[in-house]
Amino acid sequence: MTMFQLEFMQRALIAGLLTGLSAPAIGTYLVQRRLSLMGDGIGHIAITGVALGLLTGSAPVLTAILVSIAGATAIELVRARGKASGDVALALLFYGGIAGGVLLIGLAGQGAATLNTYLFGSLTTVSPSDLYVVVGLAVTVLVVAIGLGPQLFAVCQDEEFARVTGLRVQLLNLVIAVMAAVTVTVAMRTVGLLLVSALMVVPVATAQQVTRSFRSTFVTACVIGVVACLAGIVTSYNANVAPGATIVVLALAGFVVAATAGTLIRRRHRQVAPLPDEEPEVGVPVPEPHVVSAGHPHQHDPRCGHTKVEHGDHVDYVHDGHLHAAHGDHWDEH
Amino acid sequence: MTRSEDTAKAVQVTDLSVDLGGRPVLRGVDLQIRQGEVVAVLGTNGSGKSTLIKTVVGLLSAARGEVRLFGTPVPRFRQWRRVGYVPQRITAAGGVPATVYEVVSSGLLSQRRMFTPLRAAQKQAVDEALQLVDMPDHRKDAVAELSGGQQQRVLIARALVSDPDLLILDEPTAGVDLASQQIFADAIRERVARGTTVVMVSHDLGPMDALIDRSVVLRRGRIVYDGPPHASQTHAHVHPHTGGDEPGWLSS
Repeated sequence: MTMFQLEFMQRALIAGLLTGLSAPAIGTYLVQRRLSLMGDGIGHIAITGVALGLLTGSAPVLTAILVSIAGATAIELVRARGKASGDVALALLFYGGIAGGVLLIGLAGQGAATLNTYLFGSLTTVSPSDLYVVVGLAVTVLVVAIGLGPQLFAVCQDEEFARVTGLRVQLLNLVIAVMAAVTVTVAMRTVGLLLVSALMVVPVATAQQVTRSFRSTFVTACVIGVVACLAGIVTSYNANVAPGATIVVLALAGFVVAATAGTLIRRRHRQVAPLPDEEPEVGVPVPEPHVVSAGHPHQHDPRCGHTKVEHGDHVDYVHDGHLHAAHGDHWDEH
Repeated sequence: MTRSEDTAKAVQVTDLSVDLGGRPVLRGVDLQIRQGEVVAVLGTNGSGKSTLIKTVVGLLSAARGEVRLFGTPVPRFRQWRRVGYVPQRITAAGGVPATVYEVVSSGLLSQRRMFTPLRAAQKQAVDEALQLVDMPDHRKDAVAELSGGQQQRVLIARALVSDPDLLILDEPTAGVDLASQQIFADAIRERVARGTTVVMVSHDLGPMDALIDRSVVLRRGRIVYDGPPHASQTHAHVHPHTGGDEPGWLSS
């Protein structure tokens, strides 16, 4: 019996596929906004959510999603207010999340082994009902991340400009935060809460080494995420280690390869085709001494009526049989 | 009193005061800009130029007074497709690579429905905007790899792509080489000829100078001059008339 015939492995691989797609998808927007560590913070807060589920006997996935959405909303509100204390407020939220989680899990009578499956992922714990939740959430994240792509791109690229185009920036920022929270919950079973942020950021950083456009970065990051997740799950089964660690180590190995290749390609590209302004200045004549038009009272402009003559990189104006060209704050005879 | 679309002022600022962090930055500013005017907002650092512009486009809120765009108070204004904005920027790049085409097409969001791709006409508008700022060969280049002047041209194209009636530029020429300044002076001249209202904040207008109909000078949050541009304000010095028959002199 191969591992692909094992039902728990099938569920783990489906969950891994969806995690590999949705984590880099939302991660691309987080990296673009320079909020790479937001996923990490939400992951910490989600631990409290999981613990609440274990303590109350309800499904940890559901309590985790509720608590992480609340936490992500709080992070976004603190960020949007842009106060200097925001950084500290975030730290309080993160550590409160992880400490509260560990405390509550202890109270629930669960040991470190249970906690570990949530922190670093576990192949055997994706139950069929978990899988339905994960599929539903991941599909929602992907539909929003792709369908609202142009809007989210604009908000992450230049928030002020996005507001002046009439976009509801605050709402879209909240959408990103909530999607990040949902993704954390989706990825909880596969990579685990402590490593989920790596799966949001590392594939994007890897893709950036070779891409030039947002769209290609997005697609490449998702492909890298899927490959890392599936390969990591298979390796994890064979080596009997936590899947989260294998997935992230594989993703990081991919980054090292891509960064090296990217550097070499760029260096080679530079040698082959220098930028126009980096070309050696061979044969460029030294500037000739120039004749300043004395006592020139008239300010030429394209509407002044004097005949215009294209002259290299500028325009000369014909004025009483002379050619006048703008030079800094005066006019030259050409 | 008529309030029709055509006769409403493009920008109407009434008794505007703005505070930033509890400090008054603008005090009692009144400004009316008719449609089709080209206005330069001048002043030293800290005079409130950028604050005025940001309040006009709704990024900052008024402590007192109000701003109307095309007759509608800014908080209720919804026709953002009529406004093109070029924010003050050092770079157009974000944390993820983006191409010139992607950045410019985000200027079309005010006329785009959610969950729909770009229409053919909109793609053509992006190409035309790139043509206007002389960047058609760069459409697939990453903005982060362009020079500062080229990035600024991308931002101008992003504002022009939606064919706005009112173009608002915050320091468009800051840190931009002369060749790029000339290119977007030309791009803006073309818009002005089509009746676009232009409001630009600047230290140094450079080649834009010739386009200006009117200049507004701010000092310490108040308007201290509002009228035709004159040379001492815009750094465009005209040599004093000294007879005209002197021989030209050599300089190196």
